[in-house]
Amino acid sequence: MSKANKNINNSTINAFSCMPNENGHFGLYGGRFVSETLMGPLEDLEEAYKKYINDPEFNAEFESDLKHYVGRPSPLYHAKRWSEQLGGAQIYLKREDLNHTGAHKINNTVGQALLAKKMGKKRVIAETGAGQHGVATATVAARYGMECVVYMGAEDIKRQAINVFRIKLLGATVVPVEAGSKTLKDALNEAMRDWVTYVDKTFYIIGTVAGPHPYPAMVRDFNAVVGREVRQQCLSQIGKLPDTLVACVGGGSNAIGLFHSFLNDKGVSLYGVEAAGDGLETGKHAAPLSAGKPGVLHGNRTYLMEDNYGQIIETHSISAGLDYPGVGPEHAWLKDTGRANYVSVTNNEAIQAFHDLCQIEGIIPALESSHALAYISKIAPAMDKNAIIIANLSGRGDKDIQTIATHEGITI
Amino acid sequence: MSRIESCFNAIKKNNKKALIPFLTAGDPSPNITASLMHELVLAGSDIIELGVPFSDPMADGPVIQRASERALAQNTNTDDVFNIVADFRTKDKTTPIILMGYSNPIEIMGYSKFTKKASDAGVDGLIVVDLPPEESSDLQGALTSYDIDQIFLLSPTTIDKRLKMICKAASGFLYYVSLKGVTGSNQLDIKMVEEKINEIRTKTTLPLAVGFGIKDAQVAECVGRISDAVVIGSALVEIIAKYAKNTKEMKKRISLFISSLRKALDNIQ
Repeated sequence: MSKANKNINNSTINAFSCMPNENGHFGLYGGRFVSETLMGPLEDLEEAYKKYINDPEFNAEFESDLKHYVGRPSPLYHAKRWSEQLGGAQIYLKREDLNHTGAHKINNTVGQALLAKKMGKKRVIAETGAGQHGVATATVAARYGMECVVYMGAEDIKRQAINVFRIKLLGATVVPVEAGSKTLKDALNEAMRDWVTYVDKTFYIIGTVAGPHPYPAMVRDFNAVVGREVRQQCLSQIGKLPDTLVACVGGGSNAIGLFHSFLNDKGVSLYGVEAAGDGLETGKHAAPLSAGKPGVLHGNRTYLMEDNYGQIIETHSISAGLDYPGVGPEHAWLKDTGRANYVSVTNNEAIQAFHDLCQIEGIIPALESSHALAYISKIAPAMDKNAIIIANLSGRGDKDIQTIATHEGITI
Repeated sequence: MSRIESCFNAIKKNNKKALIPFLTAGDPSPNITASLMHELVLAGSDIIELGVPFSDPMADGPVIQRASERALAQNTNTDDVFNIVADFRTKDKTTPIILMGYSNPIEIMGYSKFTKKASDAGVDGLIVVDLPPEESSDLQGALTSYDIDQIFLLSPTTIDKRLKMICKAASGFLYYVSLKGVTGSNQLDIKMVEEKINEIRTKTTLPLAVGFGIKDAQVAECVGRISDAVVIGSALVEIIAKYAKNTKEMKKRISLFISSLRKALDNIQ
């Protein structure tokens, strides 16, 4: 970290959407921080990704699968009753929860699995925390006839028994990771170790916009369909662009998927909502952009939760999908440039929003997405009634019912 | 002349092979690491590679992961690592010490502060596993101003174009990772290693060390025949782990193991 770019003037950047640069850097962030053995395979992956992302045949196949297998486009739903109750801006929900497998994660796994197929790789691996990315990867592996191995922290396996079983039903192997804190970050380490060992035949499907270049850009591009649809839907349903976009940020794939098509529209304000856990002041949270420092983990430079000697520290959030000590490097850059705002909400605020959406709109949101909703309930009341807020409802909450029950002392 | 350069000059002059053991600083406790290093030298080691513990050692197999965990459980931090080196240097002024670690503990301290502290303690070289030359120009500037060598890794997947770039950036020696995988793996193919080593030799005159997957004297001898130096990591760390509670026995076993490797390497003519 030799040069600080804290003072980059927002107005001097006209094309936020054209990052990263050729080395995979988003300003100071991103890059490729891996052992030498992975440098060659990452160059091969980058070459394939660049070739196919602009290949009409590849895109036709991708779009066809998104339509017929995933069920896209997902609706942009006007949450009228909730908007009225909050008494301010009109709130719209991008219904990624209605996708096959119940979250936005499938957009990326379809894209990467198709790329794996093009590269002739017959084995895919993935890391997973809550299990959603593991399910999405096992799903596409079944669909494309690939061997699939999912790495999952031993602690997470205990907490997410249903998703572990789902992954197994889909024909994949779940490997428990006993190292470190036995959670998502350790699962990612272990998946990297697998990849470095079986790199010739294996494609590593990373689940978020982190990891070494080209992953942050590639995962973003496969998720950017969300923002592209929102833009069209907004113009045709409402007749104008939105004022504000809100999405939760763990690694940040659903947020960047929503934001990307709007990065150059300076009139659209962007909010990424991190997990404040028990509260930022308690130290028990998962909010590196709000309360962390820049560093290097999992192949990229970004904001991290770390101690004074650079050891990665344990994170806390009721939402397993946000329980990660790093964040995608593009978010780190959007924070420093001021293009996006990063805020946080606590476990309790997210749970309140979870209940509100259940009871007011008849939608059970994922606990991750509930963080975005909780922030909306803070800002919407003060906004004009004609203002438009769009939240990425990134996943459905069926998977979280047990967590909510346990939190509230209820035995199902 | 740097300690690393003198060491390899002497090795070459005597027609020998360098033995480079790896251990993690602070495993099983920061108080005994320096004395283990002296034991390694006494038993015939030429250079010592000292691991800087990290919470997320992505390139390491389970044996060295656990060594990192044990060291961190003893609260071993980067300053402790420098203290261990400084302590070692009070009695040993000649054996080169290479620190091996990951980017983040270095970044958080700052490249120049880290490098100055390393230099003051008596460190001679640095391997940052997850910092390829593409990302290391700032660190290299700091290292050069303190005469610390940045040791780069080469691997079976390193293609010709990268090989040239890395050889250009490297100093001290080059470290060839003998297999695709993590530390402590065991499918080393000596013929493939030899082919790659021959390719690398056409690009550089720097000494070549080989590591990953070298478990015993027999494999060490095979690898020694085609390289200038042999790195032993997981096999040594396993001994440290096994006798973690009995330092005296640990030192005895380490000494026996290192002596057997020394003897094997000295068999090579």
